[in-house]
Amino acid sequence: MRTFDYKRADDAHSAVNAHSGQAAAYLAGGTTLIDLVKLDVMQPERLVDINRLAYDAIETTAEGGLRIGAMVRNTALADDDRVRRDYTVLSEALLQGASRQLRNRATTAGNVMQRVRCSYFRDGVSPCNKRVPGSGCSAIEGHNREVFAVLGTSDHCIAAHPSDMCVAMAAIGATVHVTGPSGDRTVDFLDFHKLPGDTPHIEHELGEDELITQVSLDAPIDGSGSTYIKLRDRSSYQFALASCAAVVALDGDRITAARLALGGVGTKPWRAADAEAALVGQPATREAFKQAAATAMQGATPYKHNAFKIPLARKAIVRALTDAAARARGDTT
Amino acid sequence: MDSNNAPTDVAISLRVNGTLRKLDVPPNVVLLDALRERIGLTGTKKGCDHGQCGACTVLINGQAVNSCLALAVVHDGDDITTVEGLARDGELSPLQQAFLDHDAYQCGYCTPGQLTSATELLNNDSVGSSDADVAEAMSGNICRCGAYKNIRAAIQQARGNPGLNQS
Ligand SMILES: Cc1cc2nc3c(=O)[nH]c(=O)nc-3n(C[C@H](O)[C@H](O)[C@H](O)COP(=O)(O)OP(=O)(O)OC[C@H]3O[C@@H](n4cnc5c(N)ncnc54)[C@H](O)[C@@H]3O)c2cc1C
Ligand code: SF4
Ligand code: FES
Ligand code: FES
Repeated sequence: MRTFDYKRADDAHSAVNAHSGQAAAYLAGGTTLIDLVKLDVMQPERLVDINRLAYDAIETTAEGGLRIGAMVRNTALADDDRVRRDYTVLSEALLQGASRQLRNRATTAGNVMQRVRCSYFRDGVSPCNKRVPGSGCSAIEGHNREVFAVLGTSDHCIAAHPSDMCVAMAAIGATVHVTGPSGDRTVDFLDFHKLPGDTPHIEHELGEDELITQVSLDAPIDGSGSTYIKLRDRSSYQFALASCAAVVALDGDRITAARLALGGVGTKPWRAADAEAALVGQPATREAFKQAAATAMQGATPYKHNAFKIPLARKAIVRALTDAAARARGDTT
Repeated sequence: MDSNNAPTDVAISLRVNGTLRKLDVPPNVVLLDALRERIGLTGTKKGCDHGQCGACTVLINGQAVNSCLALAVVHDGDDITTVEGLARDGELSPLQQAFLDHDAYQCGYCTPGQLTSATELLNNDSVGSSDADVAEAMSGNICRCGAYKNIRAAIQQARGNPGLNQS
């Protein structure tokens, strides 16, 4: 592994200072960063260790949601009683990501910031617009099956956003809290990750030296049920081919609110707002769920090896809506 | 960075299997290499070196972690348990004994990682008691020899669960 200089920060202010004016990277759990430094895909000259920052709590907000510290580990978040009860979809998404060992270290902010799993990005040598802007995209005409998207792609990049946690957060509704050289600010979770467009190397809304401090979740929808369905090549320790986070609230058998987000198929955590709107007021039937699935995948662009993801994602959506509705009714599953 | 002006070593101390170890390490040394090459504890294995196999699993403050993705400097002051620390006074831990009883390995390369990873499950109520729960919780440990069935049976024995479908 290349050499770098190491600074351990005690608080956000010293972390931002140590990061400023350097080719630096914040080091949280290291499960993405150290992997990519070993591969020489990320080439920081300084790592700023933020593991001792006090952002390790999950607090209830005045609005009835939760504020999650940037350093809260994926295991702790998934196991939190409030998360399991009020945001089942988030707990389930986390527990289906990576492995227990990785979740024990992976942090909330690190998960939001994880990089794509495209093998051409990771090999360090193939043309890749994300790694070397303007060099071309090897995946569009290459092997583009597992970790490649069908929604939000461009002629410059088709890599899927790999996070499960982020898909649940996109469905729930969340806000990213950030601090940096020019103070604190917040970014709506749905605006945080960027579409590749013609600048796939620009992946998120963080400005130079900015640090994520917390992610807050919107209040849960009263009486709703939720779930996360993840479809993959093996049943554990594998990235999603297609996944769906669904939140459904019912009045009798009529849908009063629906939240739908997709993973494995989008270049960012993919909120399916049109499909949600079409569900509200409908009866919670398989027919309505199939219609919503068709709407959600309407604009999808298949590539040579991943066309199968379009029907697969539709199945994930129907299944997730069915299970979320059952939970909203109080059926135990 | 000026390459002939290499970053200076960092002085750290780790409590490894109960013994305090003071080391000076460059920042880019991962815990796996610090344990194997600097402390001489070679029980912990390097498989993929990228978080994909679990061979390098150790316990840090009681939690299973991939030591190939953990910088040693980050763990200054932490309590580390490797496979060498599982036996007490020459007595195998009940989990190690269960691995022997169930023949839970072939080549043995993944075994140190399986053992440390499973040690975290012994007193962990958040992981259910079915074979499927154990399989899911252990999915971060790949066994190329495919000894999964016996590994699961050994863990179930050590957790005091009969297991549902063992032979
Ligand atoms: C083998 C393997 C399998 C995996 N499988 C899955 C899976 O199935 N599903 C899934 O969702 N994920 C999976 N992952 C990815 C894993 O979830 C991420 O690596 C992890 O969440 C990253 O968190 P971290 O704390 O380790 O981040 P780090 O590696 O420490 O950091 C990642 C990036 O975020 C930046 N960063 C970290 N914290 C902050 C902050 N507070 N502010 C600003 N920037 C910050 C870092 O500088 C770095 O660029 C897998 C990873 C591996 C290695
Ligand atoms: S899909 Fe994106 S990450 Fe992969 S090679 Fe193309 S530009 Fe690079
Ligand atoms: S060597 Fe660490 S996970 Fe494979
Ligand atoms: S016993 Fe050979 S890899 Fe598991």
